Amino acid sequence: MLSVRKLRAGVEGKEILRGIDLEVRPGEVHAVMGPNGSGKSTLAQVLAGHPGYVVTQGEVLYEGRDLLAMPPEERAREGVFLAFQYPVEIPGVANAEFLKAAFNEVRAHRGLEELDAMEFLALLKEKMNLVDMDPSFMSRPLNEGFSGGEKKRNEILQLAVLEPKLAILDETDSGLDIDALKTVATGINGLRRPDNAIILVTHYQRLLNYVTPDRVHVLSNGCIVKSGDKALALELEAKGYEWLEAEAEALPR
Amino acid sequence: MTGVAMADRTSREIFLAAFAELERRGAAGPVWLRELRRAAIARFAQRGLPTTRDEEWKYTSLTPLTALPLALAVDGAGAGLAEEAIAPFWVGPASWRRLVFVNGRYVAKLSAIRPVPGDARIGSLAEALITDAEIVRSHFSATAGEPADAFGALNTAFWQDGAFLQVPAGVSLEEPVQLLFVATTPEAARADHPRSLIVLGEGSSATLVETYFALDGNAYLTNAVTELVLASGAGVEHHKVVLESRGGFHVGRTRVRQSRDSRFASCSIVFGGRLVRNDVDAWLGGEGAECTLSGLSVIGGRQHADTHTVVDHAQPRATSRQLYKGVLDGRARGVFNGRVIVRPGAIGTDAHQTNKNLLLSDGVEVDSKPQLEIFADDVKCSHGAADGQLAEEAIFYLKSRGLDEAAARTLLTHGFANEVLGRIRVEPIRTWCERLLVARLHRGRVVEDEI
Repeated sequence: MLSVRKLRAGVEGKEILRGIDLEVRPGEVHAVMGPNGSGKSTLAQVLAGHPGYVVTQGEVLYEGRDLLAMPPEERAREGVFLAFQYPVEIPGVANAEFLKAAFNEVRAHRGLEELDAMEFLALLKEKMNLVDMDPSFMSRPLNEGFSGGEKKRNEILQLAVLEPKLAILDETDSGLDIDALKTVATGINGLRRPDNAIILVTHYQRLLNYVTPDRVHVLSNGCIVKSGDKALALELEAKGYEWLEAEAEALPR
Repeated sequence: MTGVAMADRTSREIFLAAFAELERRGAAGPVWLRELRRAAIARFAQRGLPTTRDEEWKYTSLTPLTALPLALAVDGAGAGLAEEAIAPFWVGPASWRRLVFVNGRYVAKLSAIRPVPGDARIGSLAEALITDAEIVRSHFSATAGEPADAFGALNTAFWQDGAFLQVPAGVSLEEPVQLLFVATTPEAARADHPRSLIVLGEGSSATLVETYFALDGNAYLTNAVTELVLASGAGVEHHKVVLESRGGFHVGRTRVRQSRDSRFASCSIVFGGRLVRNDVDAWLGGEGAECTLSGLSVIGGRQHADTHTVVDHAQPRATSRQLYKGVLDGRARGVFNGRVIVRPGAIGTDAHQTNKNLLLSDGVEVDSKPQLEIFADDVKCSHGAADGQLAEEAIFYLKSRGLDEAAARTLLTHGFANEVLGRIRVEPIRTWCERLLVARLHRGRVVEDEI
């Protein structure tokens, strides 16, 4: 589904990703872990097409197509979804209005008819139950005045409504209390299907107690320094990142 | 009558000649009004039209207006309009009361004024000069001594008609009343000076929608004054929607006098017009009065929109809130001047003012100026202003959900504008304004007017 090959990218002339290789197949959940500043969020933003990041080398194939050649909205319509670490507040635009606009864009791209207001509302109710969100959030302006946890929950709601093929969750677990974390995890697990894939970008192992990854990768200094199964996450939890950073220092540049 | 370019002679001489013509035709009205008109034209004669050297007109040049060949006729040509022509500008259900003015003159057959509850009076101000002479006279006389600007003086000198609404004490007009001011200038460019008087008795309430528009793209000037008088405990929700054509010059003043515990909420929408100058003057002359002013202008091309507000806190513990927003595209120019006066003794005043502008192109220009003049202690007064473009992070966020650049910009611009439109409490009026806004924006840009 996703092949990242020798990807190098940076921002404002500063290289952050220094050759990433990553293979994600349908049905898989990958966790990308690493300390602050290792490049996790950059990887997520580059995959979503943030214009602030410049890819200097390498390629990314998504379902066999050149992902990097696609503008961000086309990536979204083709089924790539980034749950933002810091969701943007949009005053004056009601959550439901925004979701309906996004939902219908994606549907139109897939050659499906737009849902009318009633049909969409029914769908929205069902998805809100899934992430345990109060209906009052529908009429509130998108993310405006939401608490950190509410924003993250709202990202998962968007994920549930848009049903992407490849979901990238950028530190969706950070700043959540244990109840919110469980809700978010339930939301993610509810979306796991044999034909889609999830990349969990996270600093901590605790989300992985609830969402079991097929593969765990450790990012350090812009490179994947170690990959393994879920046991690797537990090892990181016990030992921290320092021992891997030492390994990364030894890698050829 | 053929028009004469005002630049050929001075605008002052042209207006003076037109006033002599008005008097000669006996269109000045009763004696007391004729005296007011003469005093007004004399004030105008002293200074003429303002220039950018006048502080109040610093950023708004009237040169394009004075270059027009304006026919200052006082006749109301264009009364033969069909209802279909103005029906698209009706707000809300057809049952709502409407007063229609064509070129400044009341047109009964286009209006709908079925009886109003509780002996409320509704209709033409020209007719009220006869039927409700004392009320009209006393309100005009009460404000006659106030210094008037050039356009206010011209309005007093030349007005022929406008709306009259008088709501007795304790009466609530549940349904909004719409005032439609139509300009139609198939031949020569013209100037009209509609004047409206709205009088609310103690504890009464009403909702108003004033709409200004034209049926063709020729040049004209609409110089409108609407005066509202709110007795104790009265409440008014006032909406002014300026949809003048691309040839339209609109100078308008909404002047409200508020008594104790009265509530006035006003929303001014400026979408159409070549040059729009909109003044809102609120005099909070009673303790505990509440005044909420808001406005939204969405302009592009070479449109110019200038909003001036004066909120005068003359008595203690009154509250004022102002939120004015502008969306500017093309080479549009926006001006906001918000003056708040807190008179000596007006303790416990709570006044806040915000002006925000969204700049959609590099060619636009905005001048925003708050003026706080505080002469009392123990008051809360604040203001804020911000000009900016759409946030790139917000655009990317929306793109990452499948919206393209234009759809993202449109949604964000709507969001910016909705902060104002969302305050309109009467649902059909709000929905109508939202629909106008949708038509005003296309693929994230402000549409240039076809007429």
